[in-house]
Amino acid sequence: MADPTAAGDVLVEIRDLHFARGERVLFDGVDLRIRRGEVTAIMGPSGTGKTTLLKLIGGQLQPASGTVHVDGENVHALSLGDLYVLRRRMGMLFQSGALFTDLNVFDNVAFPLHEHTDLPETLVRDLVLLKLQAVGLRGARDLMPAQLSGGMARRVALARAIALDPTMVMYDEPFTGQDPISMGVLVDLIRRLNDSLNLTSIIVSHDVAETARIADRIHVLSGGRIVESGTPEALYASESEWVRQFMHGLPDGPVPFHYPAAVGFDDDLLGDAGSRRAS
Amino acid sequence: MGRNRRLIEIWVGVFVALGFAALFGLAMQVSNVQFFDAREGYEVELRFENIGGLRARAPVTVGGVRVGRVAEVGLDANTYEAVVRVRIDDTYQLPEDTSASIYTSGLLGEQYIALDPGGLDFYLQDGDEITLTQSALVLERLIGQFLYQMGDSDD
Amino acid sequence: MTDLLQRIGARTLGIAERLGRAFLFLLRALAAVPSLVLRPGLVVQQIYSVGVLSLVIIVVSGVFVGLVLGLQGHTTLVNFGAEQSLGVLVALSIVRELGPVVTALLFAGRAGSALAAEIGLMKSTEQLSGMEMMAVDPMRRIIAPRLLAGFIAMPLLAAIFSFLAIFGSYVIGVGLLAVDAGAFWGQMQDAVDFREDILNGVIKSLAFGFVASWIAVFEGYDAEPTSAGVSRATTRAVVHTSLAVLGLDFVLTALMFA
Repeated sequence: MADPTAAGDVLVEIRDLHFARGERVLFDGVDLRIRRGEVTAIMGPSGTGKTTLLKLIGGQLQPASGTVHVDGENVHALSLGDLYVLRRRMGMLFQSGALFTDLNVFDNVAFPLHEHTDLPETLVRDLVLLKLQAVGLRGARDLMPAQLSGGMARRVALARAIALDPTMVMYDEPFTGQDPISMGVLVDLIRRLNDSLNLTSIIVSHDVAETARIADRIHVLSGGRIVESGTPEALYASESEWVRQFMHGLPDGPVPFHYPAAVGFDDDLLGDAGSRRAS
Repeated sequence: MGRNRRLIEIWVGVFVALGFAALFGLAMQVSNVQFFDAREGYEVELRFENIGGLRARAPVTVGGVRVGRVAEVGLDANTYEAVVRVRIDDTYQLPEDTSASIYTSGLLGEQYIALDPGGLDFYLQDGDEITLTQSALVLERLIGQFLYQMGDSDD
Repeated sequence: MTDLLQRIGARTLGIAERLGRAFLFLLRALAAVPSLVLRPGLVVQQIYSVGVLSLVIIVVSGVFVGLVLGLQGHTTLVNFGAEQSLGVLVALSIVRELGPVVTALLFAGRAGSALAAEIGLMKSTEQLSGMEMMAVDPMRRIIAPRLLAGFIAMPLLAAIFSFLAIFGSYVIGVGLLAVDAGAFWGQMQDAVDFREDILNGVIKSLAFGFVASWIAVFEGYDAEPTSAGVSRATTRAVVHTSLAVLGLDFVLTALMFA
């Protein structure tokens, strides 16, 4: 299916995407365009399937219906071989970092280079050290993943993700569980790498403040659809009460503080529940 | 990394060598390897009325010295004779009028073929047949004969 | 009553589903094996982990099984005045049965559990997924080398085990219990056939190697990505391998020696 809009400055185009995991419908008609060169954030409450969306873009999962085009190619219509060729242009940063625990930092970053290129060892060394320098961890090359802090592990994984000079990098919850300093480092790093390496970045996150600082555009995902898109400023001032609650992190609003209960509080805890009213 | 990999390769090399050495050791020391005498030697056919418990790979001896082994045991469908093909080492030339018997080593041991060389100047060739044979002694039959003779002498 | 039937039905379906998944997994892994021609280093690395690292337990167990078998065999045979046949008894039982089977069981405990745990952990820490996103096929990079390495290492381990076990019984029988060395080896050589006994033993351990590494990598790959899931997968790898080896041994023995 040739798509004229997929060319040009749109790198990733998702159309009418449906996906369910068992009984649970995660995506119910998602439409999304991600522009080349921008930092795009996909935000939403926990459990809305943001990570799943990245896996769908990367071709690791198969949608029930709908299409995902990356760089003009329909991800889910590609043969496995072509998909692997396409993936060399994608980098992905997993939430856990997903570093190979039996390899040291240097070999982790060198891994994609060794797997996909026949470069001489000296050149591989230079490239690896360049990437490590970019994330500020050239000095940590001999450490094992177990010796790294969470933030450092993520930066190493980032160096590995950009080792093959991809067109786009996907970040899965990059800020979760970070202390303020490494959070700041990562936020800054994502923006800087995006601009200096001409990347397209997709961030999946629910850390509003950090993401809003660097994102050019934010898409808010809820109930299986994109409910609102726009610049961070636009979203902070959104007309939708729900989006405002999410962006500002208000405890109560359209999303109630209380999980819906079958029986009211008074009946449940103060009266003799159930026996009188079983509605 | 490079050093480490070299060490691993050396170890794997040692391991594979050990494995094959063990296999070779088993072949040479534990079993009687057949692929050497499979090519060397010639085959002769023996016909017996009864071979008792003789099985393939049983020894074939001349004067107690092993000269070959039983290759195959079969039955002639027409004459109902047991056909035993034996493979004899090339270094031993046996006259054409050699005779064969089946004996048991010890009271309950394995059965083997003992060859008794004749005096002719013509020697057995591959595919020849030895017809002068003496069957295995089957214990039940012996006992039966013995009892029968006892009955006879009573009369 | 219907509840029970329902549960049995669900259980059966679950088992069938797992079997199907295991088989499809095997096909995918086998399809990835030819690509290893270009990366023999990966297989060498895995032969090191499953073969070389299992050597100690194989060597020690082999010698001790031989010693015990020599001792026990002698005590029994001496009652029949047949102690000179100790070599035959020991060699046949080891080459045909104990060598391949005990090696496979030890392999399941030593290498199979490690394989399942390693792959399960790689899965739960998203390393496999990460590899896929780096355009590296885990089937080729992780699974196929381990499958092939187990297949190669098992018969070598079994040969080492058998050789040492027979050596152990020689030490006991000839060295300690005064069995004649000539009778020990001579009768053994008369009774043990290279094709029928030793090669069949090798074929057995090839089959065991294949099954053991298949089960181990599958259990790891199929593990639930949690710590409980990985530990369950490790246990399953050992238990299922042991059962499969014993069952397969019966079938193969029936086919080969009956």
